Amino acid sequence: MDDAYQDRDAAVTLAREGDGWRLSLSGRPDLRRMPGILAALGRVEGGPLEIDLAAVDRIDTAVAWAILRTIEDRERHGLGTRIEGARDPVARLLDTVRSALPQPEPSPQRPVGIRAQLEQFGRSVVGIGSSLREVSGTLGLFLARFGQSLARPSRFPLTALVHHCEDVGYRAVPIVSLMAFLIGVVLAFQGSAQLRQFGAEVFVVDLIAISILRELGILLTAIIVAGRTASAFTAAIGSMKMREEIDAMRTLGIDPGMSLVLPRVLALVLMLPILGLIANVAGLAGGLLMSWIELGISPAIFLTRLVENTDVTHVFVGLVKAPVFAVVIGVIGCRAGLAVGSTAESLGRMTSGAVVAAIFAVIVTDAVFSVFFAEMGI
Amino acid sequence: MAETVIAVRGLRNQFGSLVVHDGLDLDVHRGEILGVVGGSGTGKSVLLRSIAGLNRPAAGSVTMLGLDMGAASEAELAALGQRIGVMFQDGALFSSLTVRENVEVPLRSVPGLDAQTREALARLKISLSGLPWNAGDKYPSELSGGMRKRAGLARALALDPEIVFLDEPTAGLDPIGAAAFDALIRDLSRNLGLTVFLVTHDLDTLYAVCDRIAVIAEKKVLVTGTLDDMLDVDHPWVRDYFLGPRGRAARDAVESAPANG
Repeated sequence: MDDAYQDRDAAVTLAREGDGWRLSLSGRPDLRRMPGILAALGRVEGGPLEIDLAAVDRIDTAVAWAILRTIEDRERHGLGTRIEGARDPVARLLDTVRSALPQPEPSPQRPVGIRAQLEQFGRSVVGIGSSLREVSGTLGLFLARFGQSLARPSRFPLTALVHHCEDVGYRAVPIVSLMAFLIGVVLAFQGSAQLRQFGAEVFVVDLIAISILRELGILLTAIIVAGRTASAFTAAIGSMKMREEIDAMRTLGIDPGMSLVLPRVLALVLMLPILGLIANVAGLAGGLLMSWIELGISPAIFLTRLVENTDVTHVFVGLVKAPVFAVVIGVIGCRAGLAVGSTAESLGRMTSGAVVAAIFAVIVTDAVFSVFFAEMGI
Repeated sequence: MAETVIAVRGLRNQFGSLVVHDGLDLDVHRGEILGVVGGSGTGKSVLLRSIAGLNRPAAGSVTMLGLDMGAASEAELAALGQRIGVMFQDGALFSSLTVRENVEVPLRSVPGLDAQTREALARLKISLSGLPWNAGDKYPSELSGGMRKRAGLARALALDPEIVFLDEPTAGLDPIGAAAFDALIRDLSRNLGLTVFLVTHDLDTLYAVCDRIAVIAEKKVLVTGTLDDMLDVDHPWVRDYFLGPRGRAARDAVESAPANG
């Protein structure tokens, strides 16, 4: 039965007729019947082909395409095809599809292999360079607007500053203090397990105090704020950029640097040291509680050791980093917002990129500080 | 009279205390192009969304292709979804896919279709919508507004639907692009036997394309009929709309042009 074919669902019948073929369709063949129709057409070999559409009420563009493509293919091999009995709506649809049959055009060649890799690498290097330049441009914008607002305090966006202080500072207190408290708990727990081997449990106070005050309190706060606030800055400024609000501000003589960038970054600079201080207190409280439960170091002993053995410089070494982290986070968040294009996709990409870049930059800055303090012997 | 493919009865749409439609009735017949007009905020797009099943109406019924959409099961609605196509205002193309991949998305639901056929059919739909071959390999963000609309139409036509919903098809196009889009809609509707439900503000589109017009005002379909019927309607909004300076200009343009179709 290899020269006859019938697909009942598709109402397709293929039969040999003399030295040629005859394909009959009936009913309303459509896209869902395509596999059967394509299978039938695939069985046609040499010889003339007759396509009988007399019993067809309606076809859709997919079926018309399949028929016309077959005709085109066969013409290329010098084989004749005839369509029979196509009634008006069917014939008209065949004409419409015939005139719209897409003609392939060569698509621009993309370089492949090692050249493409090199090109990609070069592009990303240039991309990093230009985004660094943009970050320093935004930093300059912030500093310039800050200076201008000092010279002319009446232009200072005080309302916006207070609003952003509440947003980035006050509202971040619960998550920051909970995080720091848990870090204090973990340090006390891990430290006591190690120090007990040497009978030096009481040094757990120094361990907690120095690590939290000097490093962890402010670093982890900055990381939380980077995740929380850098993304919020990018999303807020970016969605304004997307809807041309920033262009509208420029035409109305409102400076985006003054009204958007300055209050946001300045709010972070003011709030991050406060958040760091809160994180320090919460971390010490967590450590104190865990030392009491785990090691039996009473709060009184803990506090005495804390005051006697821990130099106050540790607190300053920690907190002095806060404004720098704040500028880094704020500038990266704002620059990513200003770089958003006109599509929602670019907003999403810039937002997640801003968080990664801000966290990375915070850690790099912290490393630079560590080297600096070590060299200076502080 | 031709078969009724969409029947809306007593439709009520409401957002909070804002009532958009109340007791709205509308019929759409097979093979016609129905233009829906109305002032801003009269709920033209909401009506389109209710009929296309994107909004659940507060009351009333929508029957499409014989299926009561309020009482239908999910499977029935999914099957119905393959028989209709919607073109959104700005195309609503998936931005992470090329135009061709966008058109292929609905085709993926057809069982037994191999990737090559799918691509060829997508190319055909792109060409039917009047886009060049190379546009198929581009991303939506690389296209102009007019091309995005055409790509949206290509995706709406992917499954050869019986009914196509068009939301403001010519909004934001230049006059030449808009006229070309009008001609495209008319040709496709005639030659593919499509029923078209078209929401528009564009008087030229109404004159050039629509068989029948439905005017939405006062929370319901105020009047339906041909353009000539509209000129006799005694309602301030309808009179201002069709007999205002722009309405007159559009009518003159049609009358002075050689009769087509």
